Amino acid sequence: MPHFLSAKPDSRFIPLPWQLPLAQWPADLLVALPRGISRHVVRFITVGGVFYAAKEVVEHLAMHEYRMLTDLRRLDAPSVEPVAVVTGRVDGRGDPLDPVLITKHLEFSLPYRTLFDHGVRPETVTRLVDALVVLFVRLHLIGFLWGDVSLSNVLFRRDAGEFAAYLVDAETSELHPSLSDGQREHDLSIAHLNLYGEFLDLEAGGILDKSLTPKVLADSIITRYRDLWGELTGAEEYAGGETYQVEDRVRRLNALGFDVAELDIDTAADGSTIRIQPKVVEAGYYSRRLMRLTGIDAEENQARRLLNDIGIFRAREGLQHLDEAVIGSMWLRECFQPVLEAVPSQLRGKRDPVQVYHEVLEHRWYLSERAQHEVPLLQAAQAYVHDILETLPDEQVSLDEPTVEVRLPANPYDPSAGFVDDEGPLPPDPWETGDDADLPPADFLDIAALRARQQG
Amino acid sequence: MATVTFNDATRVYPGADRPAVDKFSLEIGDGEFMVLVGPSGCGKSTTLRMLAGLEEVNSGTIFIGERDVTTLPPKDRDIAMVFQNYALYPHMSVADNMGFALKMAGVPKAERDQRVAEAAKLLGLEEYLARKPKALSGGQRQRVAMGRAIVRKPQVFLMDEPLSNLDAKLRVSTRTQIAALQARLGVTTVYVTHDQVEAMTMGDRIAVMKDGLLQQVDSPLKLYDEPVNIFVAGFIGSPAMNLMPAKIVEGGAQIGDYTVPISREVLAKADSDTVVVGIRPENFKIDTTGISVDVAVVEELGADGYLYGTISGSGDDAITAQQIVAHISARTAPQRGTTVRLNAIDPATVHVFAEKSGLRIS
Repeated sequence: MPHFLSAKPDSRFIPLPWQLPLAQWPADLLVALPRGISRHVVRFITVGGVFYAAKEVVEHLAMHEYRMLTDLRRLDAPSVEPVAVVTGRVDGRGDPLDPVLITKHLEFSLPYRTLFDHGVRPETVTRLVDALVVLFVRLHLIGFLWGDVSLSNVLFRRDAGEFAAYLVDAETSELHPSLSDGQREHDLSIAHLNLYGEFLDLEAGGILDKSLTPKVLADSIITRYRDLWGELTGAEEYAGGETYQVEDRVRRLNALGFDVAELDIDTAADGSTIRIQPKVVEAGYYSRRLMRLTGIDAEENQARRLLNDIGIFRAREGLQHLDEAVIGSMWLRECFQPVLEAVPSQLRGKRDPVQVYHEVLEHRWYLSERAQHEVPLLQAAQAYVHDILETLPDEQVSLDEPTVEVRLPANPYDPSAGFVDDEGPLPPDPWETGDDADLPPADFLDIAALRARQQG
Repeated sequence: MATVTFNDATRVYPGADRPAVDKFSLEIGDGEFMVLVGPSGCGKSTTLRMLAGLEEVNSGTIFIGERDVTTLPPKDRDIAMVFQNYALYPHMSVADNMGFALKMAGVPKAERDQRVAEAAKLLGLEEYLARKPKALSGGQRQRVAMGRAIVRKPQVFLMDEPLSNLDAKLRVSTRTQIAALQARLGVTTVYVTHDQVEAMTMGDRIAVMKDGLLQQVDSPLKLYDEPVNIFVAGFIGSPAMNLMPAKIVEGGAQIGDYTVPISREVLAKADSDTVVVGIRPENFKIDTTGISVDVAVVEELGADGYLYGTISGSGDDAITAQQIVAHISARTAPQRGTTVRLNAIDPATVHVFAEKSGLRIS
């Protein structure tokens, strides 16, 4: 009888065929979604109309990952939501099966494979690396040692003109009160090598733009990481009179999307110099502000965009005397909601609502430029739906439709398994002779063999 | 190639009331396979990470060869964490999957190819080099991961519980392969595991740790035959050694109604009126005299078997009574519910420990 560990139990998981290895689950339970490279069996399953990722993995790792993902959610770090760990599985013959970790599929998320399969412009690649670096730094700030930073282990979501990255694999991770420089350097060197490997692979597959080189891209993650880490945590020293520099530093951090919760300020005894160092910085400066004003949950750049729009709305309507929260709710009623209502329901799976609003603003700017006068918001929304949204692929759930290689996937439910092998039969392997049955059990200590070895 | 030397290396986590690793001193020989083993929280992983440069060393030093690496960043230590990266890139050949780190480091193509070919030969993957990795088995993937470390030709390999994510079968075959490979390569290796069977089957020498302290460093057989204290005695061996408190009496130490003969010189080293007598399950035989044991379960495994029971009269019920395990021949297997007498096959296999200090006195 399988055992379910879950903070939010859902009885619809109980009747699933837990007695079957994931690789043998019937097709009607599965969804073909793209995903990164994994060393485990991973399947996307649908339960009650909701999509989940299920990963078969040994018990201690399943538990560890469930707890780490739970911790990350608690710490407000962008990561997928853990749903349950199913242990105590046995197959029809009573032999044990590895537990399954279930996480919720992140809506409107794009694995890098999907992005590249559909063709990526060079500047988009840079944006993906940037998003990964922001996630990486945010995780390090909270003491999270990732252990396996890679494009495969994140999902991307559109964030206005940028991307936001979410962690999807926490198997190798550890949470510490804070990270030592050695730990960060180690994580960084893993990231460097992993990204290099992934970009080389994209290059070998012919889906990396010719103007990009794997080495330069991989090196850029190091420099970008160091720049951002330095800006967020580095100490600066000023002459005693330049106290405005303190405020300037805080503004710079805000501009990067970080709140300063603690700032160390040391003044020399004679007042000649001031030394400042941010001690606690928190990501989500703009998204928290937007949430407070409107209740909208948005990515950081989306939030920045919407907050600007609220500011413009306030100025245009002459509402400077009103409280911010009141303006927020007026803007919701008069701008945000009407735009979203202009999107027919069958097109709502193409972009998440906040991204739609951002793209409508972009489209309005473009239309206004062309018309040489300001186009009303609703009119721009209708034009956007007609000119752009209708032509976009559905991204609420991006199905796996490889466009580059028109070959049959080896397993349509496990895209990372590659394509049907056309290289003929496998060559002999001297290490795999198939006599595994003679192996001793893992917990058997053959002391006689050890003695014989020592003497021989 | 290089030696690794820890001199009083200590790691104290901020806010902790005792060190995670306390004055750890160990010399690892050139080409040696050293296993750090101990229960969770014993400090073995922290020790490895100090060597890797991931944990700060609060006091003491660490040398690789003649180089003091105590404060060097990880990348400058010339070490390789094996099995750090298992990801196989589907569009790249097995050869490129093995050698891409060298490419990143700017190693010329001819040398890269040569190193990859050498590693592939060692790993039995020569026939696979030109293929894409998608059809590789679990074991072959493991070998590619090993190959990635081998081609880098580091001075030291580090492995932190590398088999813990494998199923039982692959774990057994991979541990044999790693040990054989290491012996052939002769690269100094530090391997961390919580599994004493893994440690015993793989290591040239094993360092047993507990509570941040090094307990004993020895060859597998020495650890098995001469554990220095009660902890090592109970930790090494599967099933574990029977450790029985026994009151010192004339001529030996008393367990139930039987006096285990122990020499006067040994008993003179006791630190209380009691000693702890240790006998491994396979060193028991059923005899006419010996420790009286009530048989609870007999588990037959082919020609062999294990007898599980309790020392007669040692407790009020089966829960509180002193548990005993003995390896027996299936031919002589007694019935459950009966009482048998167990004796050591050889007085030399009886281990005696001081009760308070826990140290070996025999």
